[in-house]
Amino acid sequence: MSRKLLSVCFLTLAATSALHAQTIYPLDRAEILAGSRFDLKVEFPGSPRQEDVTVTVNGAAPADVLGGPVAFVEKEDGSDRSALWIRGGSIPRPGTYKVEASAGGRSRTVSWEVFGTPERRAKNVILFIGDGLSVAHRTAARILSKGMKEGRYGGELAIDDMPAMALISTSGTDSIVTDSANAMSAYTTGHKTCVNALGVYCALNKNTLEHPKVETIGELAKRHPGGPMAVGVVTNTEIEDATPAGIVSHTRRRSDYNDIVEMFWAVKPDVIMGGGSVNFLPKSTLGSKRVDDQNFVAKFGEAGYRFAPTATAMKAAAADPSTTKLLGLFNTGNVDGALDLKFLKKGTVDKFPDQPDVAEETRAALDILSRSPTGFVLMVESGRIDKYSHSLDPERAIYDTIMLDNAVKAAKDFAGDRNDTLIMVVGDHAHPVSVVGTYDDDRPGDKLRDKLGVYAEAGFPNYEAPGPEGYPPSVDVSRRIAFVFGAYPDFCDSGKPYLAGENVPAVPVPGKRNVYAANERNCSGPMAVRREGNLGFDVSQGVHAADDVVLTATGPGSELFRGRMDNTRVFRIMATALGLAAAKKE
Amino acid sequence: MSSRPIFGRLPSRRGILAAGVALGSAGRLLPARAALAAETVTFEGLYKSFGVLGLEFSDRIVALKDRAVRIEGYMAPPLKPESDFFVLTREPLAICPFCQSDADWPLDIVVVYLRGVSPLVSAGSRVAVSGRLELGSFTDGKTGFVSQLRVVDAAYGTA
Ligand SMILES: [Zn+2]
Repeated sequence: MSRKLLSVCFLTLAATSALHAQTIYPLDRAEILAGSRFDLKVEFPGSPRQEDVTVTVNGAAPADVLGGPVAFVEKEDGSDRSALWIRGGSIPRPGTYKVEASAGGRSRTVSWEVFGTPERRAKNVILFIGDGLSVAHRTAARILSKGMKEGRYGGELAIDDMPAMALISTSGTDSIVTDSANAMSAYTTGHKTCVNALGVYCALNKNTLEHPKVETIGELAKRHPGGPMAVGVVTNTEIEDATPAGIVSHTRRRSDYNDIVEMFWAVKPDVIMGGGSVNFLPKSTLGSKRVDDQNFVAKFGEAGYRFAPTATAMKAAAADPSTTKLLGLFNTGNVDGALDLKFLKKGTVDKFPDQPDVAEETRAALDILSRSPTGFVLMVESGRIDKYSHSLDPERAIYDTIMLDNAVKAAKDFAGDRNDTLIMVVGDHAHPVSVVGTYDDDRPGDKLRDKLGVYAEAGFPNYEAPGPEGYPPSVDVSRRIAFVFGAYPDFCDSGKPYLAGENVPAVPVPGKRNVYAANERNCSGPMAVRREGNLGFDVSQGVHAADDVVLTATGPGSELFRGRMDNTRVFRIMATALGLAAAKKE
Repeated sequence: MSSRPIFGRLPSRRGILAAGVALGSAGRLLPARAALAAETVTFEGLYKSFGVLGLEFSDRIVALKDRAVRIEGYMAPPLKPESDFFVLTREPLAICPFCQSDADWPLDIVVVYLRGVSPLVSAGSRVAVSGRLELGSFTDGKTGFVSQLRVVDAAYGTA
């Protein structure tokens, strides 16, 4: 590009940014639960003064519609923009609301739909998230767990055997591809947002905790018009990770773990279970990742929570009829996945030998939450389906899908024929994964590709019949599922399960900043083949896909799921089933 | 010692002796023999227990507090290409917690403070670090990075 052309480009850019219109949050076409709290923010480029801007909602002053007060910030964060704010506003009456902002001869209009909810139909709502759960995980879990003969499965998965189903689109405000933060935020708030954000719109604020907030279902349930509901957050990842955090959090940056612990403390879900204890411990404690002296294990204890560091303690607490609040932290990091926990004993099982699996957590959570006379909202995540798909480790991802199925079975057993519990099972985003056939050690040839059977040559894998929990006793069989990834860094593939521990597909290239290459430890086996990555050199693992995910549901309200829906509709259907509109003022 | 020098920072016996002398001037004077022989420690031997409510240093690590040690591990991708500190990990980090917002450090890291600012060209490589073992909570003034176990006045070479 010539110097002259370059300067023309800069001029065009500058002119465009001066012309850049206002941005109004919530964004255009937002669906807002009547009575839910949210921040209105309008950003004005060029830092106009308050007297030079106008903002109206259906022609009226914003404070008259949302409640006040209005705050105006010139040169917000020292930038070239001004901002008008109403923090914690709400609109009680359903309808269409047009928001118009103008300044300096330019204006922008967005339209919101404020929706009400009919009479409450569900006492309880249980939302199961298989993090990254894609169709191939489901199919593979069904093959391993139920077996197949002559093309027919030996049984149904609990996650499949449901009357309602929908395709859910997961894209965010910034991209067709989402991460677990904005994906979960859509489920828990009904608003779409951007990658890394939870419970906020992505505005231009510098401080990650200052972006325009929207209310989460955890907060809404706690001020239900019929009385505060019990709330449960259950996972096998760190409890501060995006999916569980989505029930309580407001931050532009999902890695604000220490702040997220404080957000759990602010909302106080009645049942909190997962890993990630280190962000609860004061910085003086060896292993703590806090940067202050707050001890949240002690604080929750003082607030009446039973504390469970092990599965045994969790079960004892749940069995005690007086337990209504439980903090279960079973690992300093993520709880080990099913394959390590139950079979291979790798990962951190030697350090934490008494961790519960997600199904056990779910049963304990249901025991405790069902003691709430006002019903409960429970979110259960099988979170490592995603993590093991990032690490290109099929068997671990599949076993954690089977574990999710066991958890869902426990919830369906609880719901029985009560007809008062809405149960949903859904991924938050997809991975580009597929089952393409089988790897058969007995096929002729000495290359990995010789061992891959496709079409008729794939036949059926020869895993042994599963035990009562649906897991085959070994993944190391001679004809095994060929589960492939569509996007990957450089890695070495031997078509074998990773028996020594979770796969590490790529490692940093020494001396180069943020550049990754195949992990040579995987490159020496007899069948190992080098796969040249199709992702950027700065990517060390598999990535998410924009593919739709499948949702299945049962119970009151589940009939509203149909066809293809945006992820925000999951929130709307939960809010509708619970009659959450016009939640009580605290 | 199989270390190969990088940037002339050979973790030699002389270097370690110097570290011991520096410690001596800061307070407690070490017996000459202890100062001479850097005790080799491993990631496996750092802790005697990992619990949900915290970790416990192994008895040997507690005994080696403020003494000269040598430890091998992987240099994590640094915050800046040139720095006086880096993080040593047991395994090569497939992620860069400083680069990616949703990545996190493993628990059993060792924070290394070098004797001066140096270009950290060994990021991703296995290195041998020698220096004085420091224990206890410390917050880095510049980055806010909190550490519990450090090797200070350190030098390193490829392992
Ligand atoms: Zn992910």
